[in-house]
Amino acid sequence: MAAVCTSRTRQMMGLLRILRNFSQNERLLSTSVLRHNVASDGPPKFTPPSKPVIIDKTQKEASLRRFLSPEFIPPRQRTNPVKFSIERKDMIQRRKVLNIPEFYAGSILAVTMTDPHVNGNLNRFVGICIQRSGKGLGATFILRNVVDGQGVEICYELYSPRMRKIEVLKLEKRLDDNLMYLRDALPEYSTFNFDMQPVHYEITGDVPVNLLKVKMRPKPWSKRWERPKFNIKGIRFDLCLTPEMMEHAQKWAEPWRPYDMLKEYDTSSLEEHIFKEVHENLRK
Amino acid sequence: MALSLSGLILPKLIQQRAFSVSAAVAAIQKLTRVRVVDNSALGNVHHHRPPKVIHIYTKNGIGKVGDRVLLAIKGQKKKALIVGHKMPGARMTPRFDSNNVVLIEENGNPTGTRIKTPIPTHLRKMEGEYSKLLAIAQRFV
Repeated sequence: MAAVCTSRTRQMMGLLRILRNFSQNERLLSTSVLRHNVASDGPPKFTPPSKPVIIDKTQKEASLRRFLSPEFIPPRQRTNPVKFSIERKDMIQRRKVLNIPEFYAGSILAVTMTDPHVNGNLNRFVGICIQRSGKGLGATFILRNVVDGQGVEICYELYSPRMRKIEVLKLEKRLDDNLMYLRDALPEYSTFNFDMQPVHYEITGDVPVNLLKVKMRPKPWSKRWERPKFNIKGIRFDLCLTPEMMEHAQKWAEPWRPYDMLKEYDTSSLEEHIFKEVHENLRK
Repeated sequence: MALSLSGLILPKLIQQRAFSVSAAVAAIQKLTRVRVVDNSALGNVHHHRPPKVIHIYTKNGIGKVGDRVLLAIKGQKKKALIVGHKMPGARMTPRFDSNNVVLIEENGNPTGTRIKTPIPTHLRKMEGEYSKLLAIAQRFV
């Protein structure tokens, strides 16, 4: 159990104890409120104390994890920033109706969407998020699962009106942002039970990182994942590639990339600004 | 996959640009090797060559989910229906890891009796024509 739960229960017990003592003392003093009960018959019935309103002051706003969904950050383009602010308004409007939780590539989600071709109109799919892409209202994420031996991927639009419910069954990050290599990995790494129960996760502190290194099927793969342009850390290359092949892959390394000033895009101040705006509007 | 002739035939100017001049990337086209997913005898007996598509019954030669195709299996021709392909399609529809196909007769009745692999739900649109096929499907995604 989390430390949060025990401190909360301790608070509740303390408050209940205080209130119970107070009510007992009142009975001894027999104030005007209880005279009616005494007049009717015998000892007054025990009236349970009113439920205390718990304002959780132990967890301040500052300790909650600050998460801004990546589709809010506008790309560096030659468009009018008014477009992004209007889009943000629409995104916040949609988020007030549908709860879009925090998740990353590598988290396991269960998505329910409306489907006219299904009996009960709702279609549920469980899978691991392998990619989050798109900015603004067209933001998408791909869920992958292996169903009856067949690998299935569905690309969902976050802000589509067809989305009914997005639940995070397991919140975690992986060593990479993009897990497309799971297509060429052994199917056990992409199989998730549809009846999986949600795993409890903390709302404070860092997101747990799963340091799993995946075993791959024999080559050829859909992409040459060993090449430095993909910068993949989550594959066990030592089991499938020789050191010579790893060196050969380094030929495609572009060591000048981190120093390319034209590709620099510092979003820190933009993120702060957008984070404040989004959270203010969501609270309204 | 995409043939790029830029290195071979085209002049140096285009070599610098390096665009490929391949055909449009299509889901299922002629000579695609497919995987038969029903439990029919023809589809499940191992043959030394995989079943290949030899004709697609659409206006363009591109087969998507719900299109009829002609396969060459075990030295004979057989019609089939595409139930899933590797190419990503519409946004909320599933994309499969293999090109799946279900064997079919001339009148649209399926050859097999059960389909274990998941089928996309938007196939239900063709309720009238392939209702028997949808009835034998066990799982919809």
